[in-house]
Amino acid sequence: MNVLDFAHAFFSDGAHWHGYDGIPQRLLEHVRYTLLALALAALIGLPVGLLTGHTGRGGNALAFIANAARALPSFGLLVLVVLLIGFGLLPVMIPLVVLAVPPILVTTYEAVRSVDPSPVDAARGMGMHESRILLQVELPVALPLILSGLRSAAIQIVSTATIAAYVSLGGLGRYIIDGLYQRDYEKVVGGATLVAVLALLTLAVFWAAGRFAVSPGVRRR
Amino acid sequence: MNGFFDIPSDLQHSWSGLIGLHLREGLLPVAAGLLLALPLAQLCVRFRWLYPPVLGVTTVLYAVPSLAFFVVLIDYTGQTELTVMIPLAVYSLVVLIPAIVDGVRSVPEETLAAATAMGFGPVRRYLQVQLPIAAPAIVAGLRVATVSSISLVSVGALIGNQGALGNLLAAAQKYDRPELAVNSVLTTAVLAILCDAALVLLRILLTPWMPRGTGDRREPAVRRARPEPEGATR
Amino acid sequence: MTSTAQSSRSRTRHTGAAAVALTAVTALLAGCSSGDTSDNPLAGEKAGAGTVVVGSNNFAESTLLADIYGEALRAKGIKVTYKHNIGSRETTYGLMKNGSITVLPEYNGSLLAYLDPEAEQKSADAVNAAVKAKLDKELTLLESSPAENKDSVSVNTETAKKYGLTSSSTLADLKDVAPEMVIGGSPEFQTRRQGLEGLKSVYGLEFKSFKALDAGGPLTQEALTRNTVQAADIFTTDPTIVKEKFVVLKDPENLFGFANVTPLVHKDGLSRKGVDALNAVSAELDTQTLLDLDAQVQLEKKDPLDVAKAWLKSAGLA
Repeated sequence: MNVLDFAHAFFSDGAHWHGYDGIPQRLLEHVRYTLLALALAALIGLPVGLLTGHTGRGGNALAFIANAARALPSFGLLVLVVLLIGFGLLPVMIPLVVLAVPPILVTTYEAVRSVDPSPVDAARGMGMHESRILLQVELPVALPLILSGLRSAAIQIVSTATIAAYVSLGGLGRYIIDGLYQRDYEKVVGGATLVAVLALLTLAVFWAAGRFAVSPGVRRR
Repeated sequence: MNGFFDIPSDLQHSWSGLIGLHLREGLLPVAAGLLLALPLAQLCVRFRWLYPPVLGVTTVLYAVPSLAFFVVLIDYTGQTELTVMIPLAVYSLVVLIPAIVDGVRSVPEETLAAATAMGFGPVRRYLQVQLPIAAPAIVAGLRVATVSSISLVSVGALIGNQGALGNLLAAAQKYDRPELAVNSVLTTAVLAILCDAALVLLRILLTPWMPRGTGDRREPAVRRARPEPEGATR
Repeated sequence: MTSTAQSSRSRTRHTGAAAVALTAVTALLAGCSSGDTSDNPLAGEKAGAGTVVVGSNNFAESTLLADIYGEALRAKGIKVTYKHNIGSRETTYGLMKNGSITVLPEYNGSLLAYLDPEAEQKSADAVNAAVKAKLDKELTLLESSPAENKDSVSVNTETAKKYGLTSSSTLADLKDVAPEMVIGGSPEFQTRRQGLEGLKSVYGLEFKSFKALDAGGPLTQEALTRNTVQAADIFTTDPTIVKEKFVVLKDPENLFGFANVTPLVHKDGLSRKGVDALNAVSAELDTQTLLDLDAQVQLEKKDPLDVAKAWLKSAGLA
């Protein structure tokens, strides 16, 4: 048996396709954890990144916070939070959001900072309000890079959300943890394959989002 | 026996022993990754067509959660440190290849031409011109790989006490002693920050011509914002 | 860029580098892309002659028992190393077979259910005989201790009140209400005979869903206390049963069989002296002692090794 045989055996077993432990349900749970964590992280990272990027202040503080957050081990944080507050969705969201905020924050800051200053000055000269400059001049130009920060955060969340299963939540990690304890390689390989596919789908979604959202003028640069 | 530093006997290491183990399990893979990434990246620079497929393969590998990697490897390398270190080396490779390729590619044509005109052979040119100029980008990649690797070692706790400081997490759960988990998280984070700082120092030493400080401020904006090589804790 | 001569020279160099790099990567990936699972790559891991490797599963009592048996061997001058916290039986049995572990504290009936899910469990002696018949030829069971720690399906007080379950209720009484209940247990409980499989085939119980927790550890206790699950696999020696007033359901069909603490050993790895030392420990250990020792580890948070040493000393075994 090699990895491909295991994967094939996993996906061709009808029992893996329905019920509370079926692939659709686990996939849905995984996507739900991912979207929720990404939304929370974006809610923190985007406004702070945009504002600091626009004013150009606090860059060093941001770098410091981002480095510190990156140093925190997600798995450790998860176990710790579960021991302290018990299990549920919140203890899983905390490590995932801590994981996802630094890439969003730093990339957004850098993206806004790196916008060519001349159109910004021109807009200011035309009497545009600072908030309009940020949203209508800087944001569209910075968008490709901001999206790349979101993308990198999303990919990290997709693969890290598997550890939620260690503290008895669902998601695709369920197959990997259960497979470890049941010594069932089909489940481990099947689960890992699903996570990898979901990560690639995430890449595709962000690629498509880039095509739609980024103004053609910026894209051609 | 419920103090912060009372390590349960079944971990068979003192706190400092766990730290040493953690550093070895976390840093050796990055070193191995760097040794592999340098020639691979050079190939990708040389043969441009090679870069997209290499990037594709490494991205897929990177998306495989570490735990799944560990479990599948147990059959081949047993419940040993090696089982933890192999996937970490692969993840380091994934972060380092693009960092090195971009770094080496950023060396201006004129600089290369000047080196050639001065009679530098390809090897000497690579070692004395391309690598030093690419050093900041390579170190940036190393920083991400190192911090992520140190964080990922902990997951090894799930395959039978192979996670160094991460074993404290399993013990914290088994014996319901949260203070061990606090110890694990804080110690791991401090180790990561110290190693990160050491690499920043290394970059300053390697590139005396660059301004000090952590950011590579003078680089073109697009490249500056790119280096967010993903480092995850799966 | 470079002259043609130089470029072709560098190309050969790069081809060489390519070969090296590709070989290295292939070697790295070979581990996860091919090979037969029956290969034995762990051969090099076997401990040196004369050293006994004592292993344990991933729950507190297993660590404690491994410490007790291991320290008893040490007291007889035998060299011992530990491999603690490995995982579930599904993993440790494989490591026993290939000789990575010499001694593992096991539970006779639970081991039989793993080796032969359909086997009936009538008496402790019959169980041991059946296990020995099924064991890999390099492995054997030593004498069983009277100390017993079974899996059990236990419910929390809320569930007990709701469905009128008392300490004299049996698993069969769950038949009608199981579809309303979420049951929890270690991930391996889901596929084991002494788990969901047996509960369904023996008692006809089909639960609403299964929640994977840990092997009778804090997650399980918390899930049951907080009513995240209404029933869970709890070890009968678990001190929290009394503390949290969980109701252990009776098992008239003997699904969970016998679970006497019994060392599983690799025949080559243990001398006569070692076997005698382990049998002496098993003879001294009874269920009440095990309950006391578990409480010292799990409630008083003493270190299992200290608890093991102190008990061996008081029992005159070390």
